[in-house]
Amino acid sequence: MGLFDRFKKGLQKSRSSLVERLGGIFKSRKLDESVYEEMEEAFIAADMGVETALALVDEVRALAKRNRIENAEDLPPLMVEAMRHILEETPSEMNWAKEGPTLVLVVGVNGAGKTTSIGKLAHHYLEDGKRVLLAAADTFRAAAIEQLLAWGERAGCDVVRHSQGADPAAVIFDAIQAGKARNVDIILCDTAGRLQNKSHLMAELAKIHKVAMRELPGAPHEVLLVLDGTTGQNGLSQAKVFKEVVDVTGIIVTKLDGTAKGGIVLPIVHEQGIPVKWIGLGEQMDDLQPFDAQAFAEAVCRP
Amino acid sequence: MQVLEGLSSSLQKALGKLRSKGKLTENDVQEAMREVRLALLAADVNVKVVRDFVARVRERAVGQDVQKSLTPGQQVVKIVYEELTELMGGTQSRIQMAAKPPTVIMLVGLQGAGKTTAIAKLALSFRQHQHRPLLVAADVYRPAAIDQLHVLGRQVEVPVFDMGTSHNPVDIVRNGMQEAERQGADIVLVDTAGRLHIDEGLMTELEDMKAAIQPMEVLLVVDAMTGQDAVHVAETFHERLGVTGIILSKLDGDARGGAALTVRQVTGCPIKYVGLGEKVDGPLEPFHPDRLASRILGMGDVLSLIERA
Ligand SMILES: Nc1nc2c(ncn2[C@@H]2O[C@H](COP(=O)(O)OP(=O)(O)OP(=O)(O)O)[C@@H](O)[C@H]2O)c(=O)[nH]1
Ligand SMILES: Nc1nc2c(ncn2[C@@H]2O[C@H](COP(=O)(O)OP(=O)(O)OP(=O)(O)O)[C@@H](O)[C@H]2O)c(=O)[nH]1
Ligand SMILES: [Mg+2]
Ligand SMILES: [Mg+2]
Repeated sequence: MGLFDRFKKGLQKSRSSLVERLGGIFKSRKLDESVYEEMEEAFIAADMGVETALALVDEVRALAKRNRIENAEDLPPLMVEAMRHILEETPSEMNWAKEGPTLVLVVGVNGAGKTTSIGKLAHHYLEDGKRVLLAAADTFRAAAIEQLLAWGERAGCDVVRHSQGADPAAVIFDAIQAGKARNVDIILCDTAGRLQNKSHLMAELAKIHKVAMRELPGAPHEVLLVLDGTTGQNGLSQAKVFKEVVDVTGIIVTKLDGTAKGGIVLPIVHEQGIPVKWIGLGEQMDDLQPFDAQAFAEAVCRP
Repeated sequence: MQVLEGLSSSLQKALGKLRSKGKLTENDVQEAMREVRLALLAADVNVKVVRDFVARVRERAVGQDVQKSLTPGQQVVKIVYEELTELMGGTQSRIQMAAKPPTVIMLVGLQGAGKTTAIAKLALSFRQHQHRPLLVAADVYRPAAIDQLHVLGRQVEVPVFDMGTSHNPVDIVRNGMQEAERQGADIVLVDTAGRLHIDEGLMTELEDMKAAIQPMEVLLVVDAMTGQDAVHVAETFHERLGVTGIILSKLDGDARGGAALTVRQVTGCPIKYVGLGEKVDGPLEPFHPDRLASRILGMGDVLSLIERA
């Protein structure tokens, strides 16, 4: 089963999933205002937020008019199109260093899936024949270093680490020196989870970012914000603040193997202009997939 | 946040427009409830819960007297605030103690919700109240989950029982009970692996663990940042396990925490504690329904006006 099938299957398992709802809503119905009202509610139920839901409904309405559509059943492709328009505003390829190691800083709130996503990315790039190094710059959380070491072992790559409580910027510094010396292709840096309203923790992250910029030209080449797919409207605040502090270049949405739809990425992409680059669909090494706007939109809203 | 600013200014406008005194008219209520709906949705209260709630409050509000010091719009918000507080469960409730020790408490929830952290905080608080807790490491899946529990156990000075990762969690909790008896522990706190509510195998595993140790409390840990999906998670965990209480974690962030209302509604279980930080050296905080109601509404100005009225 492909990953997107798994995503869709997850969605279908939810009793009143958007998919089912829309199927029910649209079956042999004329296109009237009540259809659009229910569509709005379905978008909101997928965590897209009221503003984006309304904007999407307006766009679907315009598309329907232009295409002279009269039956509600014919709306889903237009919904996919409307969502894709938002999601494709920004390109989602990873950025690589012209020469020397590429440094990827992984950030986000507590428990979002940073460490696990790093394990998956390491596996992905190792499979791709790249030389990968991990940096255990979460020196705060209990057993975070052991967790990353376990992932390093699973994926088959080295982990640069200090002891718990050490300065995370120093870990990054060491990882960069080691990465240069060993001529690795990519350094994936784990950081401690932090809520975006904790200014001292955000300042610590800014310092890590600065060390990376200073020690390696062009670094960090990517700053990936890990967003829990079950997150609601707070995701917007996360994207906004992390972007301000460390100039986020992409998003990894995790836990889309559940029934959450991850709709919060739409307002994020739209308002903050940050592209989604990866999606996480499980706890195993290969449960990671490059983001595909069309497939995502289809998985979220095809009846 | 832009959304919120926009919301409160449009709310002010809506409230300002309503100036007639006397009884609340259909129209007064209609206008104010539109803004309340937006506030609840922006706080991640589930759409269906919002719909029912708004309908009920609207009905209750029409025809009520308007207090002299309030505008009709403010009066509606006051009613909404009172209803919300009521819904989230009046008085705070504590952990139920077993008549015959040990009292067994299982924490369950989605991945990364904050179970292990909450366990450590609970353990600390029990120890400070002259109990003898034992932590049982029943997460055999997540890398270094057992290490994490040991580190936290050391921090709060409470013993941890584990059997490594090669036994199944049902055996682990059974043995954990024997260990509790041997040590004379009067509270057993079971750390379970995070799991999706749709993961049939892992949900069955929880049912089996529950059957094996007959916990007094099954606490569902819910992340305050959770969005609309909270309803499915709560429904399923409650259906399968009979949740007895809720812990709302990460409320030290800036999420408005509307998912709590959803979970409260769906399970009918009280929210027992809130998590306000990563550090385990402070115990879990008791839950205050009125504070969360005002946070969910995000209408601080209006609410302080109302409180003074
Ligand atoms: N179902 C599912 N679980 C996931 C996914 N990604 C991560 N997880 C789980 O989510 C939990 C938290 O993941 P971590 O990788 O530890 O998250 P983190 O952001 O590093 O957490 P902190 O370092 O504590 O802030 C773990 O139990 C993971 O196994 C995913 O895509 N799907
Ligand atoms: N800021 C804050 N962070 C918290 C709170 N509770 C837990 N965390 C953090 O959230 C992350 C996940 O917490 P855990 O206790 O490991 O969550 P879990 O539910 O046991 O996770 P899994 O075992 O992977 O399913 C960690 O980084 C914790 O430090 C809280 O109330 N506030
Ligand atoms: Mg981590
Ligand atoms: Mg845990």
